[in-house]
Amino acid sequence: MSRSDDTGMAAREARRPPSSASLVVSELTLLFRRRRTQALLLALAAIPVLIAVVVRVSTAVPAGRGPAFLDRITQNGLFVGVTALIVSVPLFLPLTIGVVAGDTIAGEAGLGTLRYMLVAPAGRVRLLIVKYVGAAAFCIAAPVAVALAGAAIGAALFPVGPVTLLSGDVVEPGEAVGRMLLIAAYQMVSLLGLSAIGLFLSTLTDVPVGAMAATIVLSVGSQVLDQLPQLEWLHPWLFSHYWFGFADLLRQPIGWDSFTSNALLQAGYIAVFGALAYGRFVSKDVLS
Amino acid sequence: MTPADRGAGLAIETRGLTKRFGHQLAVNAIDLAVPRGSVFGFLGPNGSGKTTTIRMMLGLAAATAGSVTVLGLDMPRRLDEVLPQVGALVEGPAFYPFLSGAANLHRFDAADRHATPGTRRARVAEALERVGLSHAARKKVRAYSLGMKQRLGIANALLSHRELLVLDEPTNGLDPQGTREVRSLVRSLAADGATVFVSSHLLAEVEQICTHAAIMSAGRLVAQGPLPELRQAGSAQLRLLTPDAAAASGVLVRFGMAPVVGHPDGAGAVITATLPDGAGGLPGNGARSTETFAPESIVAALVADGVRVRGFTVERGSLEDRFVALTGEGFDVAQ
Repeated sequence: MSRSDDTGMAAREARRPPSSASLVVSELTLLFRRRRTQALLLALAAIPVLIAVVVRVSTAVPAGRGPAFLDRITQNGLFVGVTALIVSVPLFLPLTIGVVAGDTIAGEAGLGTLRYMLVAPAGRVRLLIVKYVGAAAFCIAAPVAVALAGAAIGAALFPVGPVTLLSGDVVEPGEAVGRMLLIAAYQMVSLLGLSAIGLFLSTLTDVPVGAMAATIVLSVGSQVLDQLPQLEWLHPWLFSHYWFGFADLLRQPIGWDSFTSNALLQAGYIAVFGALAYGRFVSKDVLS
Repeated sequence: MTPADRGAGLAIETRGLTKRFGHQLAVNAIDLAVPRGSVFGFLGPNGSGKTTTIRMMLGLAAATAGSVTVLGLDMPRRLDEVLPQVGALVEGPAFYPFLSGAANLHRFDAADRHATPGTRRARVAEALERVGLSHAARKKVRAYSLGMKQRLGIANALLSHRELLVLDEPTNGLDPQGTREVRSLVRSLAADGATVFVSSHLLAEVEQICTHAAIMSAGRLVAQGPLPELRQAGSAQLRLLTPDAAAASGVLVRFGMAPVVGHPDGAGAVITATLPDGAGGLPGNGARSTETFAPESIVAALVADGVRVRGFTVERGSLEDRFVALTGEGFDVAQ
């Protein structure tokens, strides 16, 4: 870019009202250019690759064993992505979200950059929101990475054809990919509540690893509690309760009930833990 | 003092500012007054509460009691208006090690809502140029030396036009050339009309660049004022070299001094005495007595009495003497 372009741009942008666009762009760039984030996404993308390769090299998959849809992969490569998404739900996705959400504030505090962001001044509420936007962006990227890698490796190693849904209807491969992206969207929504919890935990400490570990432990704990029949009254309130509820998206017509319930529950978690994070961070002494 | 007159008022003012951590009083009711346009040295041993005070000034930590006004506005209530005009280096530089020097500055500048994105690139380049880091702009901060990080921290403080610069230990980790550069940078910033608030435990540094200073000790503000006043508050030492020890002592006693006679070699006696400075060292009181005890009048009296004066010096107490007198010797300064 030439110098004259620069000054022309400067004159145009000088008239703009103050905005947060720069900070959001900066946050997303910081997050996705970071090696650690890229490694997390690569690890997620490796899951469908691993599944596909194992299925490809093994002689036969006994029907009805292993993760759902595993036995269907040899007939239709599109099932690689779906299987990988299911496999990732209980641990791999919460693990990566825990790393990213736990790092939001505590990571900046640990580096000491938090004080410079606040002195800039970023504004505490604004910084908290931008950090959550970053974590939410990762919630989109993580399941999409699994789905896309699954679609790619599935198409490369297996035949691709019309898909039979759980309701028995058959859809074309194009729509099947659409359904897979719906599942990814469902999981993205599922992870937003956990991200809000991670954001709150991240405001409690200057040690990012602590916040990450706590977030991951909570996600496992919630799933364990969801398994105990004695705590049935609690189950609808656990943020992981609807994590596996995306089967309705594989029916014809699509059932949106669990999607809606999940979205409402996650919105509740965002409200509660967002408020807790706000309460903590706005009054916090930044001494790191 | 012309810049101070122009600024009308104080760049930083604290009233009864207090910070308590549990049972420990880190900052104990300090009333700091930093005139606009001054280069203000904030002195104190490690752990005396300097950085905690700076954190409260910048709205990073909340005061337990008391108030802070920066550039005429209440902190932290008016933080959004104050901080864009303030450049700061707080408790050492801190950066994203996986980003380049320039990318780090871009990041911090993006955090400031009032910074113009269109001029960002030019301003970052200029700030890097100003601290001599242009050649390392594309290098990851992970590979920077401590001195380079320190420079980058100062560059971050200079990203926009600033009314006030708060520099906490700016020469920490710098080599002698770097220290000189920072000194001349501070002078040029002050010449542009900015107020520069420099915290340091390096007295020589403060003596060279500051117009005003304050001294902290164990959370209390023990002295503050224009630098010449702070220095003069300490008493002056007289040192006389003469073979006529007895006669000289007589003259000095007439002036109200208590001479101490030493014999370092065969050539004669070395007599030392403290110039009486009237009151007990409050800032501003020193000037009164020095007129009656002007060194030349003492020499005239000595010569009139036939004392052969071979050497005569009067040394004003250095800032270091004053500092040690106020904060105590040795390492036991912070409880």
